[in-house]
Amino acid sequence: MRRLFPHPYLSVLLVIIWLLLVNDFRWGSLVFGLILSILIPAFIAPYWPQRPTLRFGWKLIAYFLLVIWDIIVANIEVAKIVLFKSNRDLKPAWIAIPLELRSPEAISVLAGTITLTPGTVSCDLSECGHALLVHCLHAPDPDSVVVDIKSRYEARLMEIFS
Amino acid sequence: MDLFFEILVTALLVISGIFGFVGSYGLVKLPEPMTRLHAPTKAATLGVGSVLIASMIYFAWFNGHVSWHELLITLFIFLTAPVTGLMIAKANIFRHWSKEELPPTGAGTGWATLSDAPSLMDDGADSRLKHEGD
Repeated sequence: MRRLFPHPYLSVLLVIIWLLLVNDFRWGSLVFGLILSILIPAFIAPYWPQRPTLRFGWKLIAYFLLVIWDIIVANIEVAKIVLFKSNRDLKPAWIAIPLELRSPEAISVLAGTITLTPGTVSCDLSECGHALLVHCLHAPDPDSVVVDIKSRYEARLMEIFS
Repeated sequence: MDLFFEILVTALLVISGIFGFVGSYGLVKLPEPMTRLHAPTKAATLGVGSVLIASMIYFAWFNGHVSWHELLITLFIFLTAPVTGLMIAKANIFRHWSKEELPPTGAGTGWATLSDAPSLMDDGADSRLKHEGD
């Protein structure tokens, strides 16, 4: 079973994506989705040797809702900055976020979240993978951004990927 | 009821238009490449998101069939937008920024893009991330 499905969540996701692509439920497409869900993980297994520990549950759903809400709020803030702030008043800043997360998948999710929430773009990872370089569009107080990201996203991801 | 959904779809389309415009305007107006990067990666999220929701509501209510492709487009955009943003940022760091201009990592090693050492990622990044220096 483990050899057939090296990444069970990925397999389930592939079946769902295939059915959504077909846009209509047919048994034939379900069978083809199952074939894809075996073949694709088998091809990528050498590049993704370890299985991430991921807890499905309310915390994951709550995290997604939180991120969507933050995207909406922060989009409006960035729109205000772009439209009403002159370039002279803009204070862009680089910040380094020390990471407590160690799972590569969790770090990717955190970096993706940081980029999707407007005002911050994750730019680079330190060589050892223990710090994340983030660029802020407008950060008068860079330290508060670090605290914000760590308490708002990283703490929740630590619970999900544990 | 038709009127309500018409207003809803129109409002979503107008919102997406506004954010698409702000994203493109920011690309022109902001001063340097790193800040310019912020505008388009953001317009992708809310601007494209609300036009897709508008499309879903329109076809579900007025044409009577639910189309799931919009959800997939949202998913793919949310997966690919951070990756393109990261690649552009890394290219920019590599070409225009020096080690002294970036903040220290505080982790004992430098930033991966400006590293002199050969890539450590070639030999099992997973095990290294879990064990080294904890």
